[in-house]
Amino acid sequence: MFAMFSRAVTLMAVVLALVCFSTPASSSDMELLGAGATFPQPLYSKMFDAYNQQYKVKINYQGIGSGGGINQLVRKTVDFGGTDAFMTAKELEAAGAPVLHIPTCLGAVVVTYNLPGNPKLNFTSEAIAGIFLGSIKRWNDPKIVSANPDVKLPDMPIVAVHRADGSGTTHIFSEYLTKANKEWKETIGAGKSLKWPAGQIGQKGNPGVAGYVKQTPGAVGYVELLYAIQNKMPYGNVRNKAGKFIEPSLKAVSAAANVKIPDDTNVSLTDTEAAAGYPISGFTWLIFYKEQNYGGKAKSRAEALAKLLSWMVGDGQKYVEPLQYAPLSKEAAAKANQIIRSMTYDGTPLVK
Amino acid sequence: MDNKARQVPGNTDRSEKRFNLVLALSGAFIVALLAAILVTLFITALPSIKEFGLFFFAGKVWDATTETFGALPFLVGTLFSSFLALIISIPFSLAISIFLGEYFKEGAVSTFLRSAVEVLAGIPSVIYGLWGLFLLMPAVRLMEMKIGVAPHGVGILTSSLILAIMIIPFSASIGREVISLVPGDLKEAAYSLGATRFEVIRNIVIPYARSGIIAGILLALGRAIGETMAVTMLIGNSNFLPTSIFSPANTMASVIANEFAEATGITAASLIYVALVLFFVTMVVNIVGTYVIQKLSIESSKEVS
Repeated sequence: MFAMFSRAVTLMAVVLALVCFSTPASSSDMELLGAGATFPQPLYSKMFDAYNQQYKVKINYQGIGSGGGINQLVRKTVDFGGTDAFMTAKELEAAGAPVLHIPTCLGAVVVTYNLPGNPKLNFTSEAIAGIFLGSIKRWNDPKIVSANPDVKLPDMPIVAVHRADGSGTTHIFSEYLTKANKEWKETIGAGKSLKWPAGQIGQKGNPGVAGYVKQTPGAVGYVELLYAIQNKMPYGNVRNKAGKFIEPSLKAVSAAANVKIPDDTNVSLTDTEAAAGYPISGFTWLIFYKEQNYGGKAKSRAEALAKLLSWMVGDGQKYVEPLQYAPLSKEAAAKANQIIRSMTYDGTPLVK
Repeated sequence: MDNKARQVPGNTDRSEKRFNLVLALSGAFIVALLAAILVTLFITALPSIKEFGLFFFAGKVWDATTETFGALPFLVGTLFSSFLALIISIPFSLAISIFLGEYFKEGAVSTFLRSAVEVLAGIPSVIYGLWGLFLLMPAVRLMEMKIGVAPHGVGILTSSLILAIMIIPFSASIGREVISLVPGDLKEAAYSLGATRFEVIRNIVIPYARSGIIAGILLALGRAIGETMAVTMLIGNSNFLPTSIFSPANTMASVIANEFAEATGITAASLIYVALVLFFVTMVVNIVGTYVIQKLSIESSKEVS
């Protein structure tokens, strides 16, 4: 018994040692690695699959969150990262070398609710801020009623629910409120995870927020437009800077980008000036190093990356709308192409 | 089989040595692993430890936008919800242990119940979370409306209830094991003195099995403290000190799971600092548990003998 047991243990130890010390199967040179934001992941999967069929280049994208995407890029374990928020000055500094951003599509955040009959509601920024700050406590509050003259709002308590996990969704939502509402700016501010009012419920992920709202009469939360459309949830129109109540649609989200886009595409589209634009919209970006010769990277690999990126903001855009994301405007795509042209390998441009 | 190995002289010595070596290595590996986890946590948490020091334990504010971090709400939330769950679970797990360990030791009923308890232990926690979200949450909400507190439906109470259900199998199966090990002659002696069944259970079985029962409860506590998914779904994730058993709160495991994916810089370091605290809390619970078991097993053996 002992002998047999010891043999088994020895065998196990040998197997363990083999697993630990054998070099991992080296990935093919032409497999590009990416990681980051989960929001555009379904779109990227579709795009990368189509690209692989056409150009025989495999792309492996892991949806680990925007923060994770930035971390992985800076640690140089991936060729490109995905992020829902433009990297902060601090993060760019920590990257060591210049990092470029290109937008790939737009996303939006909607306010969803659970009321008898689920009427279509209009929200002003003041109403949204009040609800999530806890100062508007009932559905028949004058601040909500005044924007909805045709709807009979019930005398029900409002239960607000926010995203408990750090997310780009919270970032866009709070950035909008920070711009549009002074009280919000002073008490909460913008970020991926926030200091919410005491006692307010948080739930994990879009499904968590959606599940809680569906379960709780009088609840209100915010989720991605894509998620709300796919799950047939009710969501409200939001008044934009031009004073119009805009229904969140792909067209209205794309229209939010009809503003002047700077050369590095670092523009926040929330509370957009565009008259037809939905105000809680934003770009999602891919990030990569400007100088591609690092960590012993082959030139062919860098070229493959540049080619993929130009395809994504060019031909690849045809996959955006069928998956219910909002496509880039012509101007945004042109700016993205300019940025891709500034990528270098040993100082020489990769794309001519 | 034992004899067979001994019958081959010469071989015994070598295989014995080899076996000892393998055992020693495995043991050392575990210790090294523990040390490695501790060191990694400490190094990655260092920026936050430098910034906040021991005030981290007293800080009530968790705010990533201003980069102020204090772990007190999570520490309190974790201990509050875990101990409440423990208190809720004890009567049930004790009853199940006595039922299966004393009344129905064998037979179809026992087998069925025992496997039911084991299945309960094997259900993934996300399923408990979902069940809680769809069934427990509305029920608690109704109750909250009746008694007139803010009807959130989620909070300390809801997550403690689900935790209690999740940890019952652990304490119950260990309790059943030790209760069924109580020597028959002890019980028979008590019966022969005219004790009723209840008296036997109260005065013989439970004192004899006490250390085992408490060990099971402490193991369950360890699980409750570390539980993440189901709690995240039901505790309300509010980063403030809970004011009552109905208020939404947050736990250490849950805040790490929620915020880590998107955290960078000092936020990430602070989350790892929370992980370090969780590590120590679990360790303290274990050490206290071992101590209590030792102490009680000495006492109980005195009492019964």
